[in-house]
Amino acid sequence: MLNDLKHHLREDKMSHILCPGCGHGTIMNALVHSIDELDLDKDKTVIVSGIGCSSRIPGYLNFNTLHTTHGRALAFATGIKLANPELKVIVITGDGDASAIGGNHLIHACRRNIDITTIIFNNNIYGMTSGQFSPMTPVGSYATTAPYGNIDRGFDLCNLAIGAGATYVARGTAYHVSMLTKLITEAVSSKGFSVVEAVSHCPTYYGRRNQLKDAVTMLEWQKDHAMPAKAFEKLPEEKTKGKFPIGVLHDKPAPEYCEEYQKIIDAQKEDN
Amino acid sequence: MQKNIKLMQGNEACVEGALAAGVTFFAGYPITPSTEIAEILAMRLPKIGGKFIQMEDEIAGMAATIGGSLAGHKSMTATSGPGLSLKQENFGYALMAEIPCVVVDVMRGGPSTGLPTATSQEDVMQARWGTHGDHAVIALAPYSVQDTYYTTIKAFNLAEKYSMPVLVLLDEVIGHMREKIEIPEKIEGIEPRKTPNGDKENYLPYEAAPDKGPILAPFGSGYRYHVTGLAHDFTGFPTTDAKKVKYLKDRLRDKVYKNLDDIVEVEEINTDDIDLLVVAYGSISRSAASAVEEAREAGLKVGLLRLKTIWPFADMYIDKYADKVKAMIVPEQNQGQIVYEVERVVAGRAKVYAENRYDGELMTPQQILDRVKEVYTNA
Repeated sequence: MLNDLKHHLREDKMSHILCPGCGHGTIMNALVHSIDELDLDKDKTVIVSGIGCSSRIPGYLNFNTLHTTHGRALAFATGIKLANPELKVIVITGDGDASAIGGNHLIHACRRNIDITTIIFNNNIYGMTSGQFSPMTPVGSYATTAPYGNIDRGFDLCNLAIGAGATYVARGTAYHVSMLTKLITEAVSSKGFSVVEAVSHCPTYYGRRNQLKDAVTMLEWQKDHAMPAKAFEKLPEEKTKGKFPIGVLHDKPAPEYCEEYQKIIDAQKEDN
Repeated sequence: MQKNIKLMQGNEACVEGALAAGVTFFAGYPITPSTEIAEILAMRLPKIGGKFIQMEDEIAGMAATIGGSLAGHKSMTATSGPGLSLKQENFGYALMAEIPCVVVDVMRGGPSTGLPTATSQEDVMQARWGTHGDHAVIALAPYSVQDTYYTTIKAFNLAEKYSMPVLVLLDEVIGHMREKIEIPEKIEGIEPRKTPNGDKENYLPYEAAPDKGPILAPFGSGYRYHVTGLAHDFTGFPTTDAKKVKYLKDRLRDKVYKNLDDIVEVEEINTDDIDLLVVAYGSISRSAASAVEEAREAGLKVGLLRLKTIWPFADMYIDKYADKVKAMIVPEQNQGQIVYEVERVVAGRAKVYAENRYDGELMTPQQILDRVKEVYTNA
């Protein structure tokens, strides 16, 4: 099986930059399995990223790949998709990239509902710059720029995406890898703007400072704190305290941007 | 045959030039005094099957312009000084990744929000050094509505030829002034988007001669490759190999600076047998042309060098006159920016004077004429 997937990778560009125990490789693995299952045409698939650890992943994938500036991947991707809607466009981004510096682009890509899938590798920290807190770092956690504990309130990126108008929103984890694969497959298949928040882990820069001593401990944390979305919705608040829902959180189609633009072209074209 | 003569604004002429050059993609954000360019393209592009998108901010406008270009379209955006400040991040990306596109800056008074509806030439140094790191840029500055049409076409041609973003600097007064313009039936020499035709498996997107731009395949054409803003080798993948990094950075410089004859354009007006040279660009070069004409009528040996390419700077033309004239005057609609470039090239061989206006009102021919007479008398 593994050998069958190798053609999706640029093996000559490895070894990769990810640290031992990093959750990002597992999420990349889920993405590659999804792409394989969907049998995407390599020539017609574009993978776009911003800046950060997760954003280096497109370099290892054998597609049209674009490593852009910090936070801006969705804006580049929007240009590509609108310019050529035949292309399947997937964005890989991290929690800092997507929610801080790129927050505005995320909101408006959701609102526009352009047919792009965004996978947010959320490891709750800026890993590439060695461990500063991000908008996804929990209150009370430690980071190099929160040496006395983080007082910045975080927010729920999936709720943000739903509120801003994304038509498919899901959350998975690096622990629940087969579920994550399924969620990515659904997201890429769904027409419109889809967001998958993939909860990852950074043992090097987050775990080490926050009593999560290794990758196994961090994966166990994901296992213990994730709860299927359906159960999460039904249970009273005291039973869901400290937990987070995983699975499909929102799936509601809406008019897709490129198709709406095509209608304008069809109506306005001079040779009509 | 009847000529196609129209009355239009510089911003409209810019759109006409872009369409003649083959633009099919625009991404931008509203900003005075450039907004008409976006508004007209929002109307015109779908009619030819092209795409227009208004993005959430200036940064995204530049990013999506690059995305449109990577997908194979001739692509552009338009802004003004404050927007260009925001675009600089991804403008630098387009320089590093060598993505052809055109960025129009209709200049208004600064700094900051400044004078949104008043003319200026205050962005010429922002155009040169606004993005971080070593880099070469191409920036063109038209002086009339008709010239805006041809300059925009030239900007697209240079963008495609050298595979890089090219700036068009319009003064607000050029953008908003209405003048007669003749739009030709057909434009010769439109530079097409280059596409590779070799083996797809062994495609090296960034393999290019030391003084040339690369040939980047449109995404989706079957040539799969990697694009990054990191220093990269011929494959497009990141490298820190000092030799490869140096080759790339030298090439990014030399594809511009070893092709100056192709890129740099000036007009030399009344420059035979002169004692004094006025060096000007954009709208101010028109005030200067009137001043020079009047000075000539008064018997003064004065000429005008009109810079049409601002960057790379027209060193060879300044150099040519530095030994011939006693003085040069550089009138600018700012507190003095290009004057330092002139001083650098002249290097003491003649006196160089700045003449400036930066209060939002257009510099008059009289202001330049008075300075010409004063310098001429004292030289």
